[in-house]
Amino acid sequence: MFTSDVKSIKKTDRITRLVEHLYAKLPEIEAARAELITESYRETEGQPVVMRRAKAFAHILENIPIIIRPEELVAGSSTIAPRGCQTYPEFSYEWLEAEFDTVEHRAADPFYIAEDTKKRLKEANRYWKGKTTSELAYSYMEPETHRAMEHNFFTPGNYFYNGVGHITVQYEKVLQIGFAGIKKEAQEELASCCVGAENYARKSRFLQAVILSCDAVIGYSKRYAKLAQEMAAKEGNAQRKKELLTIAENCAKVPEHGAEGFWEACQSFWFVQQLLQLESSGHSISPGRFDQYMYPYYEKDIENGKLTPEFAQELLDCIWVKLNDLNKCRDAASAEGFAGYSLFQNLIVGGQTVEGKDATNDLSFMCINASKHVFLPQPSLSIRVWNRSPQELLLHAADLTRTGIGLPAYYNDEIIIPALIHRGLSLEDARDYNIIGCVEPQKAGKTEGWHDAAFFNMCRPLEMVFSNGYDNGEIASIQTGNVEDFKTFDEFYDAYKKQMNYNIALLVNADNAIDVAHATLCPLPFESCMADDCMKRGMSLQEGGAVYNFTGPQGFGIANVADSLYTVKKLVYEEKKVSIGELKRALQMNFGQGFDAITAKEIALQVAGQLRDQGREVTPDIIAMTIRNVLTMELPKEEKARYEQIRDMIDELPKFGNDIDEVDALARDAAYTYTKPLETFKNPRGGIFQAGLYPVSANVPLGAQTGATPDGRLAHMPVADGVSPSSGKDVHGPTAACNSVARLDHAIASNGTLFNMKMHPTAMAGEKGLESFVALVRGYFDQKGMHMQFNVVDRQTLIDAQRNPEKYSGLVVRVAGYSALFTTLSKSLQDDIIRRTEQATNR
Amino acid sequence: MADKNVSGRIFDIQRYSIHDGIGVRTIVFLKGCALRCRWCCNPESQEYDIQRMTVNGKSKTIGRDVTVKEVMDIVKRDMPYYGRSGGGLTLSGGESLLQPEFAVELLKASKEMGINTAMESMGYAKFDTIMKFLPYLDTYLMDIKHMNPAKHREFTGKENTLMLENAMKIAESRMCELIIRVPVVPGFNDTEREILEIAAYAASLPGVSELHLLPYHKYGQGKYEGLGRPYPMGDAPMIPEEKMEKWKDAVKRHTALHCQIGG
Repeated sequence: MFTSDVKSIKKTDRITRLVEHLYAKLPEIEAARAELITESYRETEGQPVVMRRAKAFAHILENIPIIIRPEELVAGSSTIAPRGCQTYPEFSYEWLEAEFDTVEHRAADPFYIAEDTKKRLKEANRYWKGKTTSELAYSYMEPETHRAMEHNFFTPGNYFYNGVGHITVQYEKVLQIGFAGIKKEAQEELASCCVGAENYARKSRFLQAVILSCDAVIGYSKRYAKLAQEMAAKEGNAQRKKELLTIAENCAKVPEHGAEGFWEACQSFWFVQQLLQLESSGHSISPGRFDQYMYPYYEKDIENGKLTPEFAQELLDCIWVKLNDLNKCRDAASAEGFAGYSLFQNLIVGGQTVEGKDATNDLSFMCINASKHVFLPQPSLSIRVWNRSPQELLLHAADLTRTGIGLPAYYNDEIIIPALIHRGLSLEDARDYNIIGCVEPQKAGKTEGWHDAAFFNMCRPLEMVFSNGYDNGEIASIQTGNVEDFKTFDEFYDAYKKQMNYNIALLVNADNAIDVAHATLCPLPFESCMADDCMKRGMSLQEGGAVYNFTGPQGFGIANVADSLYTVKKLVYEEKKVSIGELKRALQMNFGQGFDAITAKEIALQVAGQLRDQGREVTPDIIAMTIRNVLTMELPKEEKARYEQIRDMIDELPKFGNDIDEVDALARDAAYTYTKPLETFKNPRGGIFQAGLYPVSANVPLGAQTGATPDGRLAHMPVADGVSPSSGKDVHGPTAACNSVARLDHAIASNGTLFNMKMHPTAMAGEKGLESFVALVRGYFDQKGMHMQFNVVDRQTLIDAQRNPEKYSGLVVRVAGYSALFTTLSKSLQDDIIRRTEQATNR
Repeated sequence: MADKNVSGRIFDIQRYSIHDGIGVRTIVFLKGCALRCRWCCNPESQEYDIQRMTVNGKSKTIGRDVTVKEVMDIVKRDMPYYGRSGGGLTLSGGESLLQPEFAVELLKASKEMGINTAMESMGYAKFDTIMKFLPYLDTYLMDIKHMNPAKHREFTGKENTLMLENAMKIAESRMCELIIRVPVVPGFNDTEREILEIAAYAASLPGVSELHLLPYHKYGQGKYEGLGRPYPMGDAPMIPEEKMEKWKDAVKRHTALHCQIGG
């Protein structure tokens, strides 16, 4: 049930000040956690790894410095510095040491790091040499897998260097019974185990680790209770003193015990959210269906007159600010790929109950208010849309979209629920889905989904068809024959499928190697105690304790591959305007547009490879000379003109994103070359692989690793984003783009698809703009599209923001699956956003 | 049954149009117009002949002949969005009344497919011609630009007498919803008196309850350059938003019409 009154609740001045305080300085890297985990690990050598993890977690929570920031109503910070971050050497650390001196000044997501911190981290990191998950994972991989990664077919960077994250735990269970309750369950389970059982050794230690973790969290909240008490004693302002005393009472009670009031529930939720992040460095730890599990506490307090909607809103707004207080430092390359300091904490409202009724309540509206009030990238606010979603909720969401914040993202129950059932979820669990990270659906508290397991660049296997498996002068993939010998489009397409299959298998090898490494070295007992069926099975999530297990690596570049295949089919094999050999050479020559330094180096390496094959010696001088020659090379005039002519012919061809059946059908089939082979593989946790089709913002850096493609895309330009049409190629407006994208088979991409659309502000003006926008979303969803998100900005604003970042430090844009401050993105990513087709609708 | 082989001349089909009738609409722009309004933002619509226009530095052909079937194949693609918004097809131009066979078949074909229909038109034709449209039209979006015949002629090339008569006949027929739209143009009708005169006439039309004030804009300026024509409005100023609001309020005070700014 909902009342519309809550829609208009205003933001308080406190929230403005909290945000200002949070963004006053560059975020900072701190050393406390790295030192504490190292201290603990030095003392627990030889013990079961799950116990070592729990003891380290407890040691961190007992000793890490704590702080309550000015005016906060919900306490709990992992760093002293606002938006600071801790480090996690157990996963990897070498990249950070290598970037100590550049991390403060890099373009994407810079962090301040003090000289003293560098010294302390170096000292702690020494212990971890040879003990990290990334080193173990690497040694589990095949040489061909290493080679494929070196040649940029895919990158499993996320879990290779970091914790897994990507989970929604049973927040509602903590709210109900607290960690005292969970501890009791673990104790009872332990008591019921027979010491002679075959799994006793493992299970008993896991349960003991859970008990230790619960105690650690309880102890941590008590530290905050004490701190709040001390601060209250010194506080002169009577109002603040009262607030601090309530914080002290809340922290003394939750999350040890179940929450009763709404404020307690907020505090309890927050400790879970914060400490999951402190246990491991994973991102996309997603609050999930917050409006559902928080509602009973809200409803009860409102009924009893203990709470006003206005104060409830302020508490929500405080949590929204805190979600931006959590931060993480990634390596420079990943920072480009995930730009925007984003932790992808996906929080979703609306949708259906497990019984299949509409789930909208007052909090659904108030969560949307909160995003409007704080106007920050976190949480990644999402909304579930189904056939009976109240129009009022969608209009309220649209009103947030129109601000240009890039939130919320819209998800379609009518395709996601069947897709999840197809993957083995029960009807009730599927109806209760939420989104992890960017776009990945799953059932909370039962799933270890490995949702963001890798980026797979679908354009690279296409390049291999043309080069017969060679890359930079060496074999990088299987050999599918000389492309010049292919007499039909089917032969060409078959070669592409072979290249795909070969590299997909290597991707699986990479992911499974990393999977084993995490299970071996970094089981997470705290996280696992809030997911079924870990305690019963006596296993962490990392070892296979979850009810539902998946691995979901995402493919991207669908639009480029579709348009490329169409080019080959039409120009080469049907109309015979260009021979396949000629097209190959046009691609090598970047359509006559000259070469940048990256291509020059690649060509030089190719030449070097050929020389070596001929048994000749290759010196660095020869390579350097070749690079110089390539850079200054002038193609013969006629040749250059011909390549440009070919590119013009390509430009004239119909493109994906314009509602053209023939091209869209090819796109649907092209997506299958990734999604279908992938789902035949299994992971070590007993689950299957399921494809996603979304790139976060990796389409820019990974595009930089890709040569010219037959769709007319020049070398090293970004590839298409998610399932969206290629940048600037959809010219028939939003409905045409929607119809094209809806023709893909979204159900099979059950790890999520991402459709990014940029809207001109004029398209969303007035009531009519909002209503039409909702019709656009609904119309796309009626055709079984899965997800949509929007940038509502005008080009001029973006260009101006690039030139004058200081003027736009609050400008939030949607970057593939999440929202970020525009001015914190790298220049190349900013350019890509500006290039995306503007869907201006006014003439 | 609509004859889908009839052909006509259009210069654009624009999908996801949201300010020209109810809901999400596909606008078919017919080529050729009887008037030459100085502020016209679609100057390429005025000539019936196929023309060349420079767009983004490239010379482009403006105008093509298409059959009803070809147009409807595009229009029907947005059925899901019409269904969710009550939208449909809008005929615009140019002046659709100048291509009656083609335009009527488009409307007929739409109604057969369950698509809502609207038409933006000045009503510059014999009423007999208009009568052919009305059975297949849900909403007539009619421009009334000025009440003074001489000033109307000066700024549009034609007097307004026929159009005003037709407005009354359309209204009296009660065969479709009639909405009156006023382009508010600097130096032409941008005074409270002139706007209220139009509003008073609109209010006198039986069944008419809506008046849209459409503020002058310069989106069309580049097209004049592309056609090699001087921009007739020169550097006329935009209408300040406060003034638009003021006139809207005035219309509401003096008539019972629902008045809005923009379509």
